Amino acid sequence: MWITNGTLADVAVVWAKLNGVIHGFLVEKGRKGFTAPEMTGKHSLRASVTSELIFQDCEIPKENMLPKTDGLKAPLMCLNQARYGIAWGAVGSAMACYDAALGYAKSRIQFGKPIASFQLIQEKLVHMLTEITKGQLLTLRLGRMKDKGELRFQQVSMAKRNNVHHALEIARTAREILGANGILDEYPVMRHMANLESVKTYEGTHEMHTLIVGEDITGIPAYV
Amino acid sequence: MVKFQGVDYFDIQSLLNEEETLVRDTVREFTDDHIIPIIEKHNRAGTFPVELVPKMADLGMFGSTLPAKYGCAEMNNVAYGLVMQELERGDSGIRSFASVQSALVMYPIYTFGSDAHKDFWLPKLASGKAIGCFGLTEPDYGSNPAGMITRAEEKGIVIS
Repeated sequence: MWITNGTLADVAVVWAKLNGVIHGFLVEKGRKGFTAPEMTGKHSLRASVTSELIFQDCEIPKENMLPKTDGLKAPLMCLNQARYGIAWGAVGSAMACYDAALGYAKSRIQFGKPIASFQLIQEKLVHMLTEITKGQLLTLRLGRMKDKGELRFQQVSMAKRNNVHHALEIARTAREILGANGILDEYPVMRHMANLESVKTYEGTHEMHTLIVGEDITGIPAYV
Repeated sequence: MVKFQGVDYFDIQSLLNEEETLVRDTVREFTDDHIIPIIEKHNRAGTFPVELVPKMADLGMFGSTLPAKYGCAEMNNVAYGLVMQELERGDSGIRSFASVQSALVMYPIYTFGSDAHKDFWLPKLASGKAIGCFGLTEPDYGSNPAGMITRAEEKGIVIS
């Protein structure tokens, strides 16, 4: 379950245990015993297809096994790639929400002046911009380390955890600045906010990333 | 509509090279021109805008860091990160599509696949002519993938 693009996919990279060891397999659309119905009822990532992959005695040729997979490390390496992109992506959502909130605050008049003139609104905008700036510096450093081959997966966990958490907080704050208008789809903030609820949980939950970094700095794994 | 001017309080722009800046600006424009005008309609309907896929492929958004011989853009990781950032300024669902295609389908085929897998699938996936997905999460095993129930048997190979 929870497979992005499942129903659209021409090929699925599927992980399964063969003689107790996890391997990757390529399963093409249309293989007998393989179906991928779309999941419905989502309040989040609505412009993305999420599916269930169902296998019932699905036969594939032996050559469809990814030969260099041997254990859980291989799929975890894939997730680490995806998390790297998510750490960057979250900054994009946050920038969209900040941009919408700043524009709105400068044009919305209450008590005879733009709400951007009020200290409480300025504090929110400053907080949003500060967290975006920190996230941008984090991702840039992450990318430079990755290009040099020096990046550790625990650092990717910290960046994903931090940037998605703050992006969600920024989206919620933007919604507050927009007041009731913030709930309308005339503005992007509520859509980003709903999306980020998924992003906070997928590709390793916020909590699991906390424990990955926690283990790294203490040497003590908290989840076994 | 006013074009997005970026959010860059610390002049991080000055830390990007020419190629990275070009990639960011190209995807920023793609987001303004092709994602933002249609995204609320798709979000309401609960549909993915498949018509974006060939355009995203043309701009090198799939398997962006992989070698050019497979039809990929062979960009560095900062440029790839900027692609993700700018796509998600449009919508996280669109960024998720590109993330899955690149990080969870093309990356494992490139890293763990045979030459035949790479030669057959990577050009198709880079050009958006094929779409991929990643089947790891199970209903009862999310954060703990080691508990995986899905198993393969050798006959041929049977997955169930």
